[in-house]
Amino acid sequence: MELTDKLLSSYVAFENRVDTNSDIHEIRSKAFQNFENLGFPTKKLEAWKYTSLNSVLKQDYSLFPNKENAIQLADVQKYFIHDIDTYKLVFIDGKYSSFLSESTHDTFDVCLMSAALTKPKYKAVIENYFNKIAKKDNLTSLNTAFANEGAYIYIPRNVEVEKPIQILNFTTGSEAATMLQPRNLIVVEQNAHVQIIERHQSLTSNPVLTNAVTEVFAAKDATVDIYKIQNDDTNASLVDNSYIEQKSNSIVSVHTFSFGGNITRNNLNFYQKGEHIDSILKGITILEGKQHVDHHTLVHHIEPNCESHQDYKGIYNERSTGVFNGKVVVDKEAQKTNAYQKSNNVLLSDKATINAKPQLEIFADDVKCSHGCTIGQLDDDALFYMQQRGIPEKEGKALLMFAFANTVLESVKIPEVKQRIAKIIANKLNVKIGFDL
Amino acid sequence: MLKIENLQASIDDKSILKGLNLEVKAGEVHAIMGPNGAGKSTLANIIAGKDDYEITEGTIELNGEDISELAPEERAHNGVFLSFQYPVEIPGVSVTNFIKTAINETRKAKGLEDMPAKDMLKMIREKSELLEIDRKFLSRSLNEGFSGGEKKRNEIFQMAMLEPKLAILDETDSGLDIDALRIVANGVNKLKSKDNAVIVITHYQRLLDYIVPDFVHVLHNGKIVKSGDASLAIELEAKGYDWIKQELV
Repeated sequence: MELTDKLLSSYVAFENRVDTNSDIHEIRSKAFQNFENLGFPTKKLEAWKYTSLNSVLKQDYSLFPNKENAIQLADVQKYFIHDIDTYKLVFIDGKYSSFLSESTHDTFDVCLMSAALTKPKYKAVIENYFNKIAKKDNLTSLNTAFANEGAYIYIPRNVEVEKPIQILNFTTGSEAATMLQPRNLIVVEQNAHVQIIERHQSLTSNPVLTNAVTEVFAAKDATVDIYKIQNDDTNASLVDNSYIEQKSNSIVSVHTFSFGGNITRNNLNFYQKGEHIDSILKGITILEGKQHVDHHTLVHHIEPNCESHQDYKGIYNERSTGVFNGKVVVDKEAQKTNAYQKSNNVLLSDKATINAKPQLEIFADDVKCSHGCTIGQLDDDALFYMQQRGIPEKEGKALLMFAFANTVLESVKIPEVKQRIAKIIANKLNVKIGFDL
Repeated sequence: MLKIENLQASIDDKSILKGLNLEVKAGEVHAIMGPNGAGKSTLANIIAGKDDYEITEGTIELNGEDISELAPEERAHNGVFLSFQYPVEIPGVSVTNFIKTAINETRKAKGLEDMPAKDMLKMIREKSELLEIDRKFLSRSLNEGFSGGEKKRNEIFQMAMLEPKLAILDETDSGLDIDALRIVANGVNKLKSKDNAVIVITHYQRLLDYIVPDFVHVLHNGKIVKSGDASLAIELEAKGYDWIKQELV
């Protein structure tokens, strides 16, 4: 069965399981109609020019795995940041695992979307925030149509959450192929602070397609740091749609570490609705084989005196391909905007490709906007210099790549996350880390 | 220590070294002088193992072992050090972490454990004092934004840390003012012993006032055409290279 047909019949089945007389379901129904009209994106769309989902959409995905699959903590512990205390929301094949999770309702909520969408206690927040900034494009609409499970995080005013929150989505591969559509909502009220670590992990090599949507609201003076770790199996594909709305004086940073997977598409959208906002978008991408990562970023500067900083580093080996499409829109009212964008790339093989495309749309006249893209190779002279001092070629190359990626790595605020990323990079480069930068 | 016989080498089919012979024994200081384009830097790079060059004839032996097929890092592990004429900038790697990595990789190649952090710090302190290097300098990115003099001092600092058997100083005097020259030369002299050897490549006599050579060789057109003692350098400074070229005709 074609995936689109399958989605249609699944939607009918899905409606039998949820309350169809709710406002939420009205949103879902509209979204499903929207998806039916739009269909899956094709390369004819400008935004999908360099990324084709064709091969991924051909799989016979199971949309709602029936079996409850238990997994042992010991088998998956390596995917957690486990050397520090954290809250955890763990999903196995899209279903919440209370056994592996550590939620809370003490002074703030770290819990389930399915509960938030149905229980009266959360009604006000859901009404104010659910599906308010998510775009009405094809894949986001598809996610909204099936929106039911995911992470729900609500941090009230003046609360500084001391422990980071981990959101982990595991796929067990009990079905031949699995499609998941997690839906996350993160609301951070005035002067509150939270750190979030997000990871999608397939536990077998059976194909997986994840179409995730996360909405983040940062109120006045709020601080939100999000770390996305993408180091999945080479048969797992991910479309990660993130929508972030910021109010005055808030600071939101998103670090995206893309090291694995088959096709990964990151749609990262920031909307600045206030003054003196800082938006930080950083990424390290290291690919090999036929892996493909597409970073589509948007920062919409709507009001004056705001900043945005984008710094993406990419290292591409073998036949891997990368895309960086960074769009910055500065509205007429958004005077004194400072918007910086950098995309630096290293190609380690003749067959690797990077498509870099900055897009600046500036309607204000008193702004500072810069963008820079570089594509190069590792510096042979620097490598010889290191070898001459006794550092072997492989380690020398790794050191050069670490140094290249370090401007992004050094801005990670959680030391254990920084160490973990450094370790994943070292494994990827096949070196033992003998140096700290 | 170093024995080069009939070395012929080319780059992109252009012949640069045309049958060079040189023997350096432990405890000796050799100076190699010569006009621009004579092949001085090529010789330094070939001994260190840069793979841009093709060796078409001859041998390079270090302590009786042919090193011409070894990777640059293996030569370094065997005690070869090249102070670069143009040290490379490596943003994102501090001087301290670079030298730590270099020392521990060298130890690893010899089957030794990493140097204990305490010993490393002590050594860094001693050697940086010897080269009159400021503490703050050590946490900067390697060679990035360094002045010419700072780069050369940093090279000799690394040499002091790595304690090579054979040090080749490729125009270490270029870009140095007289104070920096004195500091660098003093550093090299303190590191000299009966067990190691130094090859100084230079255009000018002035560095040789401080690092006094046992032998001076003139490299011209890919060959050593004249050898002598320290007085040859003084003669070259006074008379230039033309008289040697004429002698050869």
